[in-house]
Amino acid sequence: MKTKNIASFKTYVMGFGLSLALTLLAYGVAQHHLNTGHVFPSDRVMPLILLTLAVVQLFVQLIFFLHLASESKPRWRGAVAVFALVMLLVVVAGSVWIMDNLNYRMTPTQINNYLKSQDGGI
Amino acid sequence: MNQMSKRELALPAAEPEDKTVFGFWVYIMTDCLLFASLFATFAVLRFSYSDGPSGAEIFSLPFVLAETLLLLSSSFTMGLALLANRAKLKNQVLLWLGVTFILGAMFLGLELHEFSHLAHEGNSWRRSGFLSAFFTLVGTHGAHITSDLIWMLVMASRIWHQGLNGVGTKRLTMLALFWHFLDIIWIFIFTFVYLLGVTG
Repeated sequence: MKTKNIASFKTYVMGFGLSLALTLLAYGVAQHHLNTGHVFPSDRVMPLILLTLAVVQLFVQLIFFLHLASESKPRWRGAVAVFALVMLLVVVAGSVWIMDNLNYRMTPTQINNYLKSQDGGI
Repeated sequence: MNQMSKRELALPAAEPEDKTVFGFWVYIMTDCLLFASLFATFAVLRFSYSDGPSGAEIFSLPFVLAETLLLLSSSFTMGLALLANRAKLKNQVLLWLGVTFILGAMFLGLELHEFSHLAHEGNSWRRSGFLSAFFTLVGTHGAHITSDLIWMLVMASRIWHQGLNGVGTKRLTMLALFWHFLDIIWIFIFTFVYLLGVTG
């Protein structure tokens, strides 16, 4: 019988090393961004870089610490994880999308009128 | 017939363990959705400073990096505890559980220090929407860490008294799953709340 369990000292060390490198890299990029006065990397790409590094680290830990990739065949754990991930994306991205849009479309006049209706305005 | 009953007898011995761990995994994924809603709340309120401070004014990056490294190291030592358990080395399991506990407790200590410092400066959760969302998200993570630390103590005393066995292995596996999960949540708190809060 084939037991597919790759958890070993080596996988934990690799997971730890990679996570450490990714964390320090993210920290270094953020620090560099502050040191150069928000010039490099620019404000626009900063979120993208940090998001990428975080997602890479997520997969590193899922593979090396949680051993999700070496799960044996009916991959129920993986299936539940994918479901949770989809729900998570819908909730987070959906909320940000809708609320930022709402924020963007609300004019200062509308905001003032709203505040006036609440407590006599500013 | 004989074949059938043999197979039926063979099944229960192997499966309950996997089922329990799988059930716990499902719980963890549900917990993930709880954090998703808190992350969404934080994302929506991230600029709602009112007259309070922004993230750049109140967060210290080196401090948060220290917290992150502590938690990451503890995730690693938790893995070593699992490996020691597989090798049936009781004292090593206890040693690595102890190291994990100490690292986790240091992380919690730093977090509580940050919270009390913020509250002391007048920047508690009552100051602005941003701070409310911040305290709820990071505080919920801290509450999870606290409960896992208590679980770790119970686990260690159980191993101390009863030694290593099958049930213990199953419980230790779930404890480790939970701990790794909390570390993963922290990666995203570190990235979105702190790094982006300071730079963005």
